[in-house]
Amino acid sequence: MTGIIDYNTGNIRSVENALMRLGGDYVLTSDTEVLSACDRLILPGVGDAGYAMAQLRACGLDSFLKSCTMPVLGICLGMQLLCSYSEESDTDCLGIFPNLVRRFERSMPLKVPHVGWNDITGLDPVLYDGVPEGSYVYFVHSYFAEINEDTASVTTYGIPFSSSLRKGNFMGCQFHPEKSGDVGEKILSNFLKMEP
Amino acid sequence: MLAKRIIPCLDIKDGQTVKGVNFLSLKSVGDPVELAAAYSEQGADELVFLDISATLEGRKAFAGLVERIAMHINIPFTVGGGISSAEDAAVLLKAGADKVSINSAAVRNPALISDIASRFGSQCVVVAIDARQTGGEWRVTTHGGSRISDKELFSWAKEAERLGAGEILFTSMDHDGTCNGYACGQYRKLSGMLGIPVIASGGAGNAEHIAEVLSPEGGCADAALAASIFHYGTVRIPDLKHLLAARGIPVRTTATEWDLSIKNKL
Repeated sequence: MTGIIDYNTGNIRSVENALMRLGGDYVLTSDTEVLSACDRLILPGVGDAGYAMAQLRACGLDSFLKSCTMPVLGICLGMQLLCSYSEESDTDCLGIFPNLVRRFERSMPLKVPHVGWNDITGLDPVLYDGVPEGSYVYFVHSYFAEINEDTASVTTYGIPFSSSLRKGNFMGCQFHPEKSGDVGEKILSNFLKMEP
Repeated sequence: MLAKRIIPCLDIKDGQTVKGVNFLSLKSVGDPVELAAAYSEQGADELVFLDISATLEGRKAFAGLVERIAMHINIPFTVGGGISSAEDAAVLLKAGADKVSINSAAVRNPALISDIASRFGSQCVVVAIDARQTGGEWRVTTHGGSRISDKELFSWAKEAERLGAGEILFTSMDHDGTCNGYACGQYRKLSGMLGIPVIASGGAGNAEHIAEVLSPEGGCADAALAASIFHYGTVRIPDLKHLLAARGIPVRTTATEWDLSIKNKL
């Protein structure tokens, strides 16, 4: 059973639809008792980092997430919340990854947000099992995580950044695997096979 | 490297796919979900569904259709047509659309752009602008091109960006349906003056036209939208991507044997 963390932010419909297409059982909840019984968790997220962190804290999910030992996948803003700090609304995040999350500088011809399909390289063998180097995935974001030892894939938009991160049981994708065609479904299905 | 996007556009009336040639004389070209899945399989990077239903029943059918599309399609899609309030946008976004496209209602009430952007984020607000050349300037039109507004294309695009638009989808009404190519000069100017992506629409007759509007020497657009050439099979998306790649235009690798082998393993 996969738990999708429901903390009152953004649209999680597309994540649910992807899990339904892949045939994975899931539960959508903010109840930590239900979540702690799940085999793996997905932390989705769209919107402002400051607002999202406030929502997580209001639900008591911040300390819960830090203590999780099952596989956890943050998607888009969900990945950024697993980092230590975001420039967006000057937000202290969960600090699982030591990364800073910075805003892309709008300098021509670089447009912000970074919207569309971009390639991923330097792929982590666990999360990207069976996914070829240079595959394309779908991004929509204005803030990015810097590269460090937890970088699980690199994408370049003006500068190279962490398009995904992994540290032990914690993973995050800056892109939207649920919107990234067959490649995205392969990445999600890799995650859905992970056990606590 | 960020790929240039290829976006088939499906006009929907009462839940069915149609394509207007110069927005007149509609001809049905199939079931929307089936067509969308086929395009996704071929390597379309995104899809746009425009509701051109005139009735309340038609609009309700559209919201139901959006749910079905979201369930079956694993690439991003935008919906538009008749969105006149943040509430209208909310219904479609909750049904599973990734972005909404607003057009006439934004011209009438520019605050609609900031209303939707502040509630759901700029990334889901596409401002569609229809314009035609009149008396030496590009004037914005509304209601499917039938009414000329008091706005001018470039200043309106800039204002839309300031209000929170995430992307600009400009259709030249002088080029739409002609199959003679896009209004490349206008896209080049828009792309140079805006800090948000520009989607080109209107005029594609062949793959070369799309290469031209996306190329740095041509229109510099971030994405190209077309309908008829895809619906009638004049241009196949895998062939188009092959041509674009050969011209040095970055594109997402299209459906390959690898994709299919992955699909079989899922």
